[in-house]
Amino acid sequence: MSDQIVTLENATRSFPVFEGKRIYALRGIDLEVRRNEFLTLLGPSGCGKTTLLQAVSGFIDLEQGRILIEGKDITDVPPHRRPVNTVFQNYALFPHMSVGENTGYALEIAGTPVAERRKRVAEALEMVGLKDMENRRPRQLSGGQQQRVALARAIIARPKLLLLDEPLSALDKNLREAMRIELKTLQSELGISFVFVTHDQEEALTMSDRVAVLNAGQIQQIGTPRAVYDAPATTFVATFVGASNLFEGRREGERVVTPDGIAIRSRSPAANDAAVTALIRPEQFSLTAANDEPSLEIEVDQVVFVGSAFELLGRTAGGRKLTALIPASARGQVGAIEASRRATLYYDPASVHLIAPTEAAQ
Amino acid sequence: MSARSRHRLELGILLTPATLFLIAFFVVPLGIMVVMSFLMPGLYGGAEWEFYPHNFGRILGFADPMFEEFDPVYLAIFWRSVRIAALTVLCTFLVCYPAAFQVARLPDRWKNFCLFLIALPFFTSLIVRLFVWVLLLRQTGLINEVLLDLHLIDRPLDMIYTDGAIIVGMVYIYVPFMFLPIYASVEKLDWALVRASQDLGAGPIRTFLRVIFPLTLPGVIGGAIIVFIPALGNFVVPEVLGGAKVLMLGNLIEQQFLSARNWPFGSALAMLVMAAMLVALLIYVLTEGRRGSDPALSL
Repeated sequence: MSDQIVTLENATRSFPVFEGKRIYALRGIDLEVRRNEFLTLLGPSGCGKTTLLQAVSGFIDLEQGRILIEGKDITDVPPHRRPVNTVFQNYALFPHMSVGENTGYALEIAGTPVAERRKRVAEALEMVGLKDMENRRPRQLSGGQQQRVALARAIIARPKLLLLDEPLSALDKNLREAMRIELKTLQSELGISFVFVTHDQEEALTMSDRVAVLNAGQIQQIGTPRAVYDAPATTFVATFVGASNLFEGRREGERVVTPDGIAIRSRSPAANDAAVTALIRPEQFSLTAANDEPSLEIEVDQVVFVGSAFELLGRTAGGRKLTALIPASARGQVGAIEASRRATLYYDPASVHLIAPTEAAQ
Repeated sequence: MSARSRHRLELGILLTPATLFLIAFFVVPLGIMVVMSFLMPGLYGGAEWEFYPHNFGRILGFADPMFEEFDPVYLAIFWRSVRIAALTVLCTFLVCYPAAFQVARLPDRWKNFCLFLIALPFFTSLIVRLFVWVLLLRQTGLINEVLLDLHLIDRPLDMIYTDGAIIVGMVYIYVPFMFLPIYASVEKLDWALVRASQDLGAGPIRTFLRVIFPLTLPGVIGGAIIVFIPALGNFVVPEVLGGAKVLMLGNLIEQQFLSARNWPFGSALAMLVMAAMLVALLIYVLTEGRRGSDPALSL
């Protein structure tokens, strides 16, 4: 048994825009979804993540490339014959059916006997925390409950793969955060691979086994949430996932020197004189030096209290904007900074990640 | 004066003209008809001021033995009218249902143009439009001439003055009434539900039967009601395309009022038609209420 549930090879799809121009939603995407993993497709709107999902569910045809499920080519198989189910963005519950009928729809279509269907509907509803709700109508439920029905309906036929198209975007913040954990738990209980589409990087980082960051129809990087956050492959990933301070410059020995004269020390390997971008996350800065660490002097424009931390917004001597996140425990030092409007930010050269330049995707 | 009672007063003032109009021209005439249907027909038209239930008896089987016998021909006409009206509903449905999906799929500009085209027949006279069908369907009409010239037939087909001709005329008139409510519900159809159905394993036919048709059914029922009711009482189409024969309830009622001058009997016939339709509507509204889906009558 292979380790891949789904394999996409060179998946390409474009859409006409105007005057014969076409926009590429997918340009030669190669992607593997592993057995029993929670994979998130993360990207801004228009990056192709929903197109990719629809290509797997079968609602969009590819121009080039193919899709395999467990090694079988399903590129030309219509949606209703694919062993894949979807949780739609606005749930798409059938308004003329009860919760029970909605949940059992896939089984009804498959011709499962009524007794077994009833049992499995009850099980699926219990799994998503909607025990004994079979006879309600979808419109009698809250948004969060409708979401759960959509989930129960999609998992009842035990698909090989569950696709989730921004399912949490219509929920309010608290519910969304609770559902993240539930989804992850459900995924590991069921042992089904989930492919989750979102533009919310926090969602991607908290739930996923792996994250694929998409932009302009291409996969920028695919890896564990930590790898994507700590070692982004491109400047796009660095800015899209988390906050970042980027310093584009040239490598000179152990330093990256920017055109405006800032030198950032880094232990990451890069060829001398190569063009690179150094990345320092706001929380990597600290106000105190443990050893003999390098530092940056900034003029502080604003100090923002965000509860667990202070956000320092400032500028270097050359006018470059910087953000630093200082733990709230450093209250006293922050008070001094608010008075003097100046700060010295220390960083550990070992944690400075270097990004090699890529040809700009068009 | 509280805001609420002022609001009520405003509403009352606004609704007064419509209410007075309906009372004067709908409720009062209807009341006259109800009373009339229980009066004895006058010898030379008009009515005698005397209670006389046998107007209904003539139709339903308890005729006044002094004057008339029970004649099953009225029930036969009743049944025939229901059949023709039902076939009209069926045919307009078959024409309009697929068309509504086609129009709903067009870009907005073409959609509005199509809706305009559908409303276009209302700008011309009904009689003129029906006489065009006479020209097409009669023995020496266009269709027969062409078929004869092409030697597809030896002698003209009997098309005019048949039930078929009546149904053709009715369908022609009532297509817009069926189309608009169906179109309204097809336009509203959420295609994400169709995708959801396919995603859950249903092929095109199952998806149609289980999702698309049930969700557009309110429009179909609405269209069926507003086609069936006027089709049942229509007397112009059977008059023009059905020949001089008494064919449908509409003609029968019209004849009782205008030719036979038996207003009480005509009123009784009209009351029975109305009662039958009210019962049908009531059954529909009650079953619909129990099912708890959107009422089709909220057009």
